[in-house]
Amino acid sequence: MTSAAIVIPSADIERRLPVVAAVRDAGAIAWRNLITYRRVPQLLVFSTIQPVIFVLMFRYVFGGAIKIPGGVPYVDFLMPGIFVQTVVFGAMAAAIGLATDLKTGLLERFRTLPMSRSAVLAGRTLADMSRNVFVIALMVLVGVAVGFRVHTSMLEVIAGLLLVLLFSYAMSWVFALVGLAVGDPETSQAAAFPVLAPLVFASSAFVPVSSMPTWLQGFALHQPVSAVITAVRDLTLGAQATGGSTGTDAIQALAWCAGILVVFAPLAVWRYRRTV
Amino acid sequence: MTLGTGEPAVDASGLHKRFGHTEALRGVDLRVAWGSVFALLGPNGAGKTTAIRVLTTLIRPDAGSARVAGFDVVRQAREVRYRIGLAGQNAAVDPNLTGTENLRLIGRLAQLPRTHIAPRAGELLERFQLSHAPDRAVRTYSGGMRRRLDVAAALVPRPPVLFLDEPTTGLDLQSRNELWNTIRELVAEGTSVVLTTQYLEEADRLAHHVAVVDRGVIIAEGTPAELKAQLGSTVIELGLDSEQAAARSQSVVAGLLARAPEREDSTVRITSDDGPRVLIDVLRLLDAAELIPTTLTVREPSLDDVFLALTGRHSESDQPSALASNGARP
Repeated sequence: MTSAAIVIPSADIERRLPVVAAVRDAGAIAWRNLITYRRVPQLLVFSTIQPVIFVLMFRYVFGGAIKIPGGVPYVDFLMPGIFVQTVVFGAMAAAIGLATDLKTGLLERFRTLPMSRSAVLAGRTLADMSRNVFVIALMVLVGVAVGFRVHTSMLEVIAGLLLVLLFSYAMSWVFALVGLAVGDPETSQAAAFPVLAPLVFASSAFVPVSSMPTWLQGFALHQPVSAVITAVRDLTLGAQATGGSTGTDAIQALAWCAGILVVFAPLAVWRYRRTV
Repeated sequence: MTLGTGEPAVDASGLHKRFGHTEALRGVDLRVAWGSVFALLGPNGAGKTTAIRVLTTLIRPDAGSARVAGFDVVRQAREVRYRIGLAGQNAAVDPNLTGTENLRLIGRLAQLPRTHIAPRAGELLERFQLSHAPDRAVRTYSGGMRRRLDVAAALVPRPPVLFLDEPTTGLDLQSRNELWNTIRELVAEGTSVVLTTQYLEEADRLAHHVAVVDRGVIIAEGTPAELKAQLGSTVIELGLDSEQAAARSQSVVAGLLARAPEREDSTVRITSDDGPRVLIDVLRLLDAAELIPTTLTVREPSLDDVFLALTGRHSESDQPSALASNGARP
């Protein structure tokens, strides 16, 4: 027992610029979350089965009864809705993953390490976004297989898919907050559904909003899921088919993504810092 | 990197923390010397874990201050985090990563240079007898292996101050002894250790200094020898067939004991530093008085005995209402 200073060789710890450290830390966490998909491939398989079933169900079961104004084929109308619906439901993974880490004490360990405060959440959401690249690509293939055709340039289609990806990223932050606040994987899943269901189903994803009762149309037209779907339809079907304006709709969709990120990312980080 | 010259490894004063209506810490002062093992000993709910969480920057105290390795846990939390390791009550490792991947992840997040991480992970897997399963997903590990990996993870950045929250709870005897040896080795290498425990024996075997925690305050402090000196090294419990017989026995044997015997219902409890000698004398006296015990227990003092001696209450009961009862065993 000595009261003299204890010296650690300075090579043992690297001091990096905060920005560099934040990116590296987030990368390490994203890597860790992505490994989970390799080790437990069921996670990925089951998260893709549900959207595929939705495609088949709406394309072949309900689709025949749904008439789209402007004579757009239903499958072309449906697929942008499916892309967005898939990533929105998929965003629940952030809540479940973080709630699990919270429960097992892993977040507590991370919080005792000299790592960036945003890294656990940034890494989680980045991993989810990488997963979504795969999921969206798969849904495009499934769509093409059931007759989905784009009517615009490749550039516009790519912009549309990137928009879906950006929206999925924003939604991951919403669910990061949910997972941290609820703190239990099963409960956070149960808590997320009642919020998600109206956003996804009371939207233009599967049916034209004009077929809904007037009181619902106001919500269905102006909520974020519909805004993003509308912009993606402009970018895949062409604005003349949707009767909108690609520019205006895209700006609206981007504004929603930015708004959600600006509100929920700081809230989630704040919540992370005072969790446990 | 230099660690606060002349400052103790941990220096906390007046720590208060409240959760809703529960006052988890009600003015805790701690001072841990460099290179020593400091044990926080107390029952469930005493505030041990809360104290560890404050010292490891997980929660902020409502009042009071603490410095770990020379840095303030609130204002210089990041500096503290460069110098601590924590192994908590549950194995905080990722079940989907392998043992090696878990340790490397911690190495990266602890900001170790890239070239140091892999050798360090290998070294720790070796040390914690996990080198036979470095590339297996941790979810296939046994409970003991997970716990060892958890402690290994806390050691990745070679923290000068190591916090262990009930490190041996739930471990079998062999794993516990192995962990104790590891802790001794770490201390021999210069690590300062703060651990919490519910077991008097653990504090006794490992710690240089013990603080007994009860309801958010430290009620006794000292070396294990000092604490036990207040208590006696042997506890003798005599069960009699009635409260009256127990009361008579209590007065019969009182004369030959340094510490007054205690009675609880029909049980008489004697604590002594000279167990065998006292036992013979006690039994002789009782025999002469025709008081024959129905049960007899001779053992080392437990945490419960320390508690009873210090507070007049049993330690097992968490509920304040039960604590306030007539002293019957819960």
